[in-house]
Amino acid sequence: MQLRTFSFPAIIAMTAAALVAFGQGSAPSAPAKSKVSDPRTPDGRPDLQGIWNTSTVTPMERPRDLAGKEFFASEEEARAYEKVAYNKSESGLNNGIGSYGDLYYEFGTKTVKTRRTSFIFDPPDGRVPALTPTAQAAWDKEQEIRRRRPNGPEDRPTSEQCVAIRTGVPPMTPWAYNSNYRIVQSKNQVAIYIEMIHDVRVIPLDGRPHLPSNIHLWYGDSIGHWEGNTLVVDTTNLSGKTGFYGADENLHVIERFSRLDGDTLLYQFTVDDPSAFTKVWKGELTMSAAPGPIVEYACNEGNYALAGILGGARADDKAEEAARKGK
Amino acid sequence: MRFLLKPLTVIAGIALAVCCFVAAGAAQSPAYTGPRTADHKPDLNGIWQAMNTANWDLLPHTAQGGPVVSLGAQGAEPGGLGVVEGGSIPYLPEALKTKAENYKKRFTDDPEIKCYMPGVPRAVYEPFPFQIVQSAKVVMVSYEFAAASRTIFLGTAPTVEESWMGTSAGHWEGDALVVEVTKLIDRTWFDRAGDFHSDALHVTERYTPINHDVMQYEATMTDPKVFSRPWKISMPLYRHLEPNARLMEFRCAEFIEELLYGKFRKKSGS
Repeated sequence: MQLRTFSFPAIIAMTAAALVAFGQGSAPSAPAKSKVSDPRTPDGRPDLQGIWNTSTVTPMERPRDLAGKEFFASEEEARAYEKVAYNKSESGLNNGIGSYGDLYYEFGTKTVKTRRTSFIFDPPDGRVPALTPTAQAAWDKEQEIRRRRPNGPEDRPTSEQCVAIRTGVPPMTPWAYNSNYRIVQSKNQVAIYIEMIHDVRVIPLDGRPHLPSNIHLWYGDSIGHWEGNTLVVDTTNLSGKTGFYGADENLHVIERFSRLDGDTLLYQFTVDDPSAFTKVWKGELTMSAAPGPIVEYACNEGNYALAGILGGARADDKAEEAARKGK
Repeated sequence: MRFLLKPLTVIAGIALAVCCFVAAGAAQSPAYTGPRTADHKPDLNGIWQAMNTANWDLLPHTAQGGPVVSLGAQGAEPGGLGVVEGGSIPYLPEALKTKAENYKKRFTDDPEIKCYMPGVPRAVYEPFPFQIVQSAKVVMVSYEFAAASRTIFLGTAPTVEESWMGTSAGHWEGDALVVEVTKLIDRTWFDRAGDFHSDALHVTERYTPINHDVMQYEATMTDPKVFSRPWKISMPLYRHLEPNARLMEFRCAEFIEELLYGKFRKKSGS
């Protein structure tokens, strides 16, 4: 565990810091659900509270060279893969202008505790299903905008605008750093505090219906209930604007939180968006207990980088214009 | 006589204690009889909001027009009788000048304009609701304005650097939740009238439930760099009772992009 200060192309947080899951030195146990741990809240509910980190070398989609392999067969095989995967992510970093130095990234050093080779397990090839033609066209257009010189802030991802970041928008998947969560439970509410960007998802457990379908929120409308020892959270009313693999505003996410062992949660998610994906898809990852503390990620307050990116773009415009006139 | 004195003294002592305890109690509020959590604390879970004009000005003020002509009545400021006990903020002489300067520049310099997290206590009386999720160890507070949040640690808070929302260590005093807030950065204001503080600010908050739907909120500000003595605000906070009450999103970072980054926008034709 250590605290760090960050700078990223778009998000330089005043007081950003992170707790780091890697380097904690605790040997992960076997993925079997043998070590049953069943702590309870004073209300008698399964107690999922604490600080959890999801940094991992395991990717969302199964790497091509692991095709056909759903799990690593042994701890040894997983540890060997971790070395290769970590080195690959380190060497693949862009340490030049427009990026952090690699000291700032926290991609994680370990596979998920289940030893899966990808988060996605359904479809069985571990890959995001094909997009519908409409969604593919929208996705291509968005990528085109991301690649070009930005005309204004809206041309950059919502993460760089400090509006919404994938770490927190369901399904919550790890990002380049700060993939930390704090779960707090009361009788009829579960709060998930997300380091990125000091967001809190408050999930009511009182059986209320979803919001009217014309309301769209960056983090969607989440309602939850318990199925045995599993917290099930159903989310609709999402924005479709956070760039989640081409999902649109019809995205429906079901998340399932349960205890794998004393210091691990199993986080499963179902992605259903018939207007964007040609199939429903499912994935899971593990959340490891982390010591904290989680420090306030003041994204908008410290966002000097978005001004830098846009200012740089206008300087490039000017240079181009000058070169054109000089000819 | 000698035997009588002692019991009499004791009885007098008890009488005095009872009288004063009752008096002190009466001066505040009757005992809380509302719902409790499984660990027997007042149940503060839910959505709350202040119903006053403290965010415009902590001190008594009359209504006045706003800075944007086209917004007319919509942009105007409502009047209010203030929330500061004693009716004035004890600024040191130099600090009073800064406050006056801030007031002149309030339509450009209030950090609220840029959607910055409002700090404590301002987050509590922003004209937006906030939601409490209360466990035995932690009270999580989610504020609708700017998606600000706080973790109130019951017991010791971890030591971290200063931040916009500060570090909050809470404990229960009877049925009141008392929170010591430290490590607040000096870039937030108390209101739109330019009331300010330094990085030495220490806020002691007291949330005293009156019944299930109302709690009294008090915040005492201590900041020897800016104020000559501690001073206090107080106000009731009200529970949202709508069956479908929930925080909506006010991720105002998306509303201030033109203000902050508009000057970098590509001009058409350029």
